[in-house]
Amino acid sequence: MNAYVMLGVFQTSQKLRTSLRLLSRAGLPPVDLQVQLLLRGRSPLSATFSRKLHLGPDGPASSPAAAPRRLPFSRVTVEDLTFFRKTLPGRAITDPDLVQSSNEDWLKSVRGSSEVLLRPQTTQEVSQILSYCHSRNLAVNPQGGNTGLVGGSVPVYDEIILSTSLMNSILSFDKISGILTCQAGCVLENLSLYLEERDYIMPLDLGAKGSCQIGGNVATNAGGLRLLRYGSLHGTVLGLEVVLADGQVLDCLSTLRKDNTGYDLKQLFIGSEGTLGVITAVSILCPRKPKSVNVVFLGCETFDQLLKTFQLCKGMLGEILSAFEFLDSECMRLLNTHLKLANPISDCPFYIVIETSGSDSDHDSQKLHNFLEEAMTSLLVTDGTVATEESKIKTLWSMRERVTEALTHDGFTYKYDISLPVERIYQLVTDMREHLGKRARSVVGYGHVGDGNLHLNVTSPAKDPALLASIEPFIYEWTAKFQGSISAEHGLGLKKRNYIYYSKSRPAVAVMGKMKTLLDPKGILNPYKTLPDDLK
Amino acid sequence: MSGRVLVGVKRVIDYAVKIRVKPDNTGVVTDGVKHSMNPFCEIAVEEAVKLKEKKLVKEVVAVSCGPQQSQETIRTALAMGADRGIHVEVSGNDYETLGPLQVSKIMAALAKKEDAQIIILGKQAIDDDCNQTGQMTAALLDWPQGTFASEVTLDGDKIKVVREIDGGLETIKINTPAVLTADLRLNTPRYATLPNIMKAKKKKIANVKPADLGVNLTSKLEVLRVEDPPQRQAGMKVETVEDLVGKLKELGKV
Repeated sequence: MNAYVMLGVFQTSQKLRTSLRLLSRAGLPPVDLQVQLLLRGRSPLSATFSRKLHLGPDGPASSPAAAPRRLPFSRVTVEDLTFFRKTLPGRAITDPDLVQSSNEDWLKSVRGSSEVLLRPQTTQEVSQILSYCHSRNLAVNPQGGNTGLVGGSVPVYDEIILSTSLMNSILSFDKISGILTCQAGCVLENLSLYLEERDYIMPLDLGAKGSCQIGGNVATNAGGLRLLRYGSLHGTVLGLEVVLADGQVLDCLSTLRKDNTGYDLKQLFIGSEGTLGVITAVSILCPRKPKSVNVVFLGCETFDQLLKTFQLCKGMLGEILSAFEFLDSECMRLLNTHLKLANPISDCPFYIVIETSGSDSDHDSQKLHNFLEEAMTSLLVTDGTVATEESKIKTLWSMRERVTEALTHDGFTYKYDISLPVERIYQLVTDMREHLGKRARSVVGYGHVGDGNLHLNVTSPAKDPALLASIEPFIYEWTAKFQGSISAEHGLGLKKRNYIYYSKSRPAVAVMGKMKTLLDPKGILNPYKTLPDDLK
Repeated sequence: MSGRVLVGVKRVIDYAVKIRVKPDNTGVVTDGVKHSMNPFCEIAVEEAVKLKEKKLVKEVVAVSCGPQQSQETIRTALAMGADRGIHVEVSGNDYETLGPLQVSKIMAALAKKEDAQIIILGKQAIDDDCNQTGQMTAALLDWPQGTFASEVTLDGDKIKVVREIDGGLETIKINTPAVLTADLRLNTPRYATLPNIMKAKKKKIANVKPADLGVNLTSKLEVLRVEDPPQRQAGMKVETVEDLVGKLKELGKV
């Protein structure tokens, strides 16, 4: 009997290892630990078996978000470890305490049971590792900053974790063209600081900047707060160096703006979530640092007024507009309650954060002043404040950037990242609130309204399968009805892989499957992620 | 009693900006660097505006000494609720050598001219950390002073001030007219809301020269040299305990 043993995983891995040892002493065969959506440290040690979450009546395979059965990859042997230790002296980690944090995602919602964490420093080392793993049929989980929100960055079973954290060198920066070339493990914030000293900025910015790495950003085609102005990574990435599943190094690390010579391979890897190749270096086009940045925090009575403000904004601020974000009053309540951040203005149903970036502060202030005057006299906006000083700008931005953090203090969070026609965005939030009623603790909406991207989050005191069953597939069906995307920027990872059909047709997904087979015939790169289970 | 409060606001390099020393070591780089109102001055303005909202004072006048750009700082004070501003024009070499003694002479002269009842200043500026202007101004006017104020209560013609001191909190009662300096916990400055920002554009800022106030700006101080603090040595990261012991032995620490 194959024992699918469900373990509730507790606050420390210590208890996990104790449970494992208890089980093995009980004489059970080597168990495949299912990835469980974990209880947040509330179960006592005595409740060894967690509630079966995300399971239908037929067992684990029937729930779309739960992990599938382990595929027949090889298991790591002593010989394998010897090879890894020889190839990466001192950087092949097997100490469970050190591997533990790389096994669990930022949300603490999924955990794998990998026993090996590899930390290469060069592309050559990555190539050697992959070549070896390919020949041995060992599964590999590429990992950057581990800040992903869909369980794509951590192992499901015992996949070897291939971390890019030590590949953090900046290779070159051209001051005239603004083209930066760096290794995949560079932390986004560090790149920003480096560029700011040279009068440039990164074309993307997100709340996770202190931890996320550029390789991971590219692999997930991260969007973020500046997409409105600088576009997506599909446009700003000029070249990639990728190591393929068999260890072959694919050098497409061009620094040319224009190069129409054959198929543009790098586009395949951007957003591939580590399933088609391991990105080892990136060359990216960076914009000049704006001389004048203004941030405005506004309050609106209705979502309709918010949309009209957006149109006014585009018309009057036009080319200097660099961000247009929104949050609702529920988000403000969470910021006030859990992070003690005070509302900069009076309480309103909706809040907007607008950022302008330009090269002339007088010109920008004048445009901003005209826009604000118009917005106020036409009563689109009921209150607001402006910041031009760095310290105040940071404070206003934190009202939007720290919502994710505030949610983690409100209970267990169900996170959704949806693209919809802009007019429909808030309707989904109100419909969800009505649909869930008292079963949810908080239902909040916020996000990149300028890009048509809603972050809808639901919190409950603890993980609640009944609540989840109410949210999904309701939210995905609602989204599909308006031809939206069930994952605007977070990707599919583990949690959303089987929902792909809500936003992509079967023929399209079939072609994706063919690409995967072409580039990774053994399927060793980040298995169980991104593509749906029924493609196998 | 005029019921008039004078608030001093200083334009300083924004506290979030990374400070750079000029290559010739004569000062720090200020050109093209983001400036804003000194945080303690913001707290002073907030306190003054609060007093006006409680109808304990009649008018709040914001004062700044410096070049043309100081007017932006006064505008911020107006957007927070000050009624009018006075820009004391000081530029060029005079501005380079402008220090607490000169500013306190200016504040004292203005207090007499405007018949001020209370002067509120920030306890210190974040660029020079002098913590002298409030005290000097009170001395020049022979007024009582409530410095490092964390709580201010008007009580008839007296002011009760709770002061932050090393041992804890000290409560004193002083006569008006008086000078107060604001400490961090006095209040949380408000954000300037849009309606007030719009209104502020119409409020008056008067232009005054130090000579008009009979103030001599010559400084008895000369800056000899400005240097970076010594660079912190980077730490070293090692992978194993054996490495750690080895390195410690190498450095002769073990």
